[in-house]
Amino acid sequence: MKELLVISGKGGTGKTTVVGSFAALANSKVLTDADVDAPNLHLLLSPKQLEDRPYSGAELAIVDRDACTECGRCTEVCEFLAIRAGLVDPRRCEGCATCSIVCPENAITMQPQTTGRLYFSDTRFGLLVHARLLAGAEASGKLVTEVRQAARTAAEQRGLDLILTDGSPGIGCPVIASLSGVDAALVITEPTPSGLHDLDRILQLAAHFRVPTAVSVNKWDINPDVTRDIEHLAAGFGASTLTRLPFDEAVAEATAEAVPIVEWNEGEAAKAIRALWNDVASWGSLV
Amino acid sequence: MRIAVASGKGGTGKTTVAIALALSLPDAQLVDADAEEPNCHLFLSPTIYETVPVHMMVPEIDLEACTFCGKCAEFCRFNALAVIKEKVLVFPELCHGCGGCAYVCPEKAVRKRDRRLGEVEIGEARGHRFIQGRLKPGEPSAVRIVREEIARLDPEAHAVIDAPPGTACAVQETVGAADFCLLVTEPTPFGLHDLCMAMDLAAELDIPAAVIINRSSRRDSLIEDECNARGIPVLLKIPFDRRIAEAYSRGEPLTDAFPEYAGELRRVWDTVGKEVQA
Repeated sequence: MKELLVISGKGGTGKTTVVGSFAALANSKVLTDADVDAPNLHLLLSPKQLEDRPYSGAELAIVDRDACTECGRCTEVCEFLAIRAGLVDPRRCEGCATCSIVCPENAITMQPQTTGRLYFSDTRFGLLVHARLLAGAEASGKLVTEVRQAARTAAEQRGLDLILTDGSPGIGCPVIASLSGVDAALVITEPTPSGLHDLDRILQLAAHFRVPTAVSVNKWDINPDVTRDIEHLAAGFGASTLTRLPFDEAVAEATAEAVPIVEWNEGEAAKAIRALWNDVASWGSLV
Repeated sequence: MRIAVASGKGGTGKTTVAIALALSLPDAQLVDADAEEPNCHLFLSPTIYETVPVHMMVPEIDLEACTFCGKCAEFCRFNALAVIKEKVLVFPELCHGCGGCAYVCPEKAVRKRDRRLGEVEIGEARGHRFIQGRLKPGEPSAVRIVREEIARLDPEAHAVIDAPPGTACAVQETVGAADFCLLVTEPTPFGLHDLCMAMDLAAELDIPAAVIINRSSRRDSLIEDECNARGIPVLLKIPFDRRIAEAYSRGEPLTDAFPEYAGELRRVWDTVGKEVQA
């Protein structure tokens, strides 16, 4: 089984557009959306929900107000400024339980919290495993790990040999959790100073995890000079550069209608994404 | 007044709007709180005159004192410690820095060590105070860096804070530090979906919000209908225009390439100011 992750560094470069089209082009796969903070892949795939599981990412300190003497020991030890005179700020509490062990009255207990949901959905391109972290919740990396595990189990059960994952922007915990141990990562970037700068940071991270990486520049014709700089940077990291994607207003049209571009028309972008898929499949030995 | 510029979805134009807004005001500080991927500096070439390292405390085990009882590993909610025979393994990237392991160790064998997460850079860009965070690649959380950035704000001056995408902890930290949240979105199903998540977050934090539609098109009603239903105003529309994308790709602030937006953004600032005072 192979796992391909699509990431970007900078947000909004077209990850989901590309994965949505790959979903239509690839055979025998499970789809996953690892962007649990702002999941979008399901919007392109009109999923029918099969299963919905609550996810508990962290515990929360609960204070027994009758036992609390407001001695302030909890406030002293809390590194997250989350507890004050026996009152817990649930948004700041990371569930570490340190307050519960220092409380001289044993007035603090830890309780699991539902911080997100994990979904299994049926789509016209196969099973989609996705999730949603509640706004402001902790531990998005842990939820990503859970999504990946669920996708692997489902792929094994169904005898499917590819997991195609839409990743998160940035380089933080959800990206780290989605990158570690994948077989290949495709970075979709754009020819802007931000795209270039963020590519540098995501390639450092991919190198850190020793993940084979390839780069495709989306809307490359917006700025051919920066496109060349990007491909030069990628080469410096030993990343492969694959088919570029052109600026094409049809992508906005297709997205607005929630249809993958390869199903929308046979225009410039659709043709390029088909070529990119063939490129990725042979580069990553995915099929 | 402090305004956070957020979006939910990445790449909708937060940085474009935050920079243009700060440059349109005579004395606003600009804070780049997207420490995972800080981009404001690319458009402003700031002069940095102070770099503040940001650390967290992670455990270090005194193997002379340790009896390998395993209490620390048993306590750690984040699996950052493992005790195997005569060895203690520390996984600093999983550590939240709570210090609980030091409290549970009966031998006082857990010491604390500083681990550098990144830095906050303070400087000046085109006459504006400029603050940005940088998370070290490989580090999972930028929350401590964002907190340090907020702590370094000049309390007397107005501030525009460019938030990270998403709605996770670092975004909460940014939006929670502001008086008002400007949400930049685009009229697509993705933009709408993530805008709703961001509006939910602002509501939960009790921070008033308004919307700017970027890449405005004939589909704006997608966003406007949701905003109307929630009673959230749309304060500005920036059209879908390849020339704007090209200016961005050359690293030009919006108000340099299209100076007419300076007046528009001052109007947005004034409208928000009135709402915050009311």
